[in-house]
Amino acid sequence: MNARDRVLALQLRYAHAIDDDALELWPTFFVPDGRYRVIPRENHARGLPACLIDCVGVAMMEDRVVSLRTANIYNIHFDRHLMSPPLVEPPADDGTLRARTQFLVMQSDQSGVSKPFATGVYLDWIELAGESALFRERTVILDSYGIPELLATPI
Amino acid sequence: MKLADIPLRVEAAADPLDQFRWPNADYTRTPYRVFTDEAIYQREMARVFRGPTWNYLALEAEVPETGSFKTVQIGNVPVVVSRNVEGKVTAFVNRCAHRGATVVRQEFGRADGHACIYHQWNYDSSGELCGVPYRRGLNGCGGYPKDFKPAEHGLEKLRVALYKGLVFGSFSDEAPPLLDYLGVHIVTHIDRIFVKPLKVLGYHRQRISANWKLYFENIKDPYHAGLLHTFMATFGVYRSTQKGHTLVSPGGGHAVVYSITNTDSKESVLEAYKGTDNKYQADFALKAPGLLQWTPDFHDGIGNLIVSVFPNMVIHQILNTFATRQVRPLGPDAMELYWTYFGFEDDAAERTAARLQQLNLVGPAGYISMEDGEAIRLVQQSIRGEKPDATSFIEMGGRGPIVDADHVVTEVCTRGLWQQYAHTMGFAPEVSA
Repeated sequence: MNARDRVLALQLRYAHAIDDDALELWPTFFVPDGRYRVIPRENHARGLPACLIDCVGVAMMEDRVVSLRTANIYNIHFDRHLMSPPLVEPPADDGTLRARTQFLVMQSDQSGVSKPFATGVYLDWIELAGESALFRERTVILDSYGIPELLATPI
Repeated sequence: MKLADIPLRVEAAADPLDQFRWPNADYTRTPYRVFTDEAIYQREMARVFRGPTWNYLALEAEVPETGSFKTVQIGNVPVVVSRNVEGKVTAFVNRCAHRGATVVRQEFGRADGHACIYHQWNYDSSGELCGVPYRRGLNGCGGYPKDFKPAEHGLEKLRVALYKGLVFGSFSDEAPPLLDYLGVHIVTHIDRIFVKPLKVLGYHRQRISANWKLYFENIKDPYHAGLLHTFMATFGVYRSTQKGHTLVSPGGGHAVVYSITNTDSKESVLEAYKGTDNKYQADFALKAPGLLQWTPDFHDGIGNLIVSVFPNMVIHQILNTFATRQVRPLGPDAMELYWTYFGFEDDAAERTAARLQQLNLVGPAGYISMEDGEAIRLVQQSIRGEKPDATSFIEMGGRGPIVDADHVVTEVCTRGLWQQYAHTMGFAPEVSA
């Protein structure tokens, strides 16, 4: 597979894992010291660092999954991640590349009512290794920073 | 009938809400209709938010320079907080005095003045009208009447009072001086936190499908904190078995709830959490425990502090995180919660990094606060079809006088809120507690 196809496969597997409630898979899409952040667009645009979620390292992501499964209480819902094709930069010499992808997450409740939940852009920094690809950083710039109710599961 | 014979105003019918009274004098019951009734909501906008209260507007640090401005919402009124040319913080309603358009369209910015896009009425950074196009007409046509006085057509001003970098505003001349309004408990805890210049770290916003008072009830209620927020209970950020205090302001509207970390034993916790659906999970450990590494900013052991000021403000300290929260009503059944996170200007980089990491705990996605949005949404959802006289039950910690407690196993602050609210709204029972 070429670099672009590997990026696309990574992003698709990531989205399907979350939408299928296979949250335990979510940390496996990152390198061990990878970072996952969700930052409101208004903070990002003004150079303010506060994030909604900021996991530094896979261990923190695993903690979030365990917490969501055992401790936290949140709205019972189902997500659907819809994404644009990624805009992929040529790989750098160190075997990493940057990609930009628009997303829309629809959220559905137990009555079968679906609402737009989140939209924005993924800014990805991806490590290519052999035939696979993993996120070194996935930054979610959230246009919809007026969070509807709450944000529990990853975007 | 000639036009002139038609009466301009029909004698207003008596407001049925004038008959509405709280069901009991110690506020252990709250009628659910206060969360759903449109007429009550409209009265709140007039009597609470435009009434003799002080509303939290912003941090001074958010409008640092002359001309800096920020738009906020008080009740359902759009308001601009602006530092004027003299460097004074002012606040005015964001509605053109001409035909009502929103004047300031950006959330934040810096400007010497503000022009309404509709007809280019120009206001200065205090909201005074300083220019209108074609005032004297064009080529002898049009223009305003000779008695037009710009000074009479400025934007509606709020009274503004500052304390330790917090900006408050009031629509009413009846509001007492700010420090009298806040009272000793609130001032003491503001003094504890606001000790030096602040640095704003960013914002969270959350739109909850619940009445704004359900959030205010929630924030004043330490009873739920250790039970709903399991993450806190498990990792000892907050447990009902920890030493803590519950302080209520004289009118009941403001409260301080705090707990001191490491003041309970594992045995007492296991005992207390028996029969609570496994809320306390003694074997649950974080793989990345750095999240809860706390280097206290102060030396009093307080790890969790919630200060709430009627009607729209919360200040929190949770470990190293500090925030103000502004409650913005969006109708009887919806609200926006606006979180402003801050540290101190002189924080070292590591301290700022720790504060930012701990934001994982708080806000709409936070481990120890995401549940609140869900809990109060569930209340709003289920009270929709209630009978008009249905009430909640608020007796944890007992009935009777609304007074401070040296523990956190109480709903007394919630009762205090309802006392203040009922008095402000004209709903207090005839015999007071």
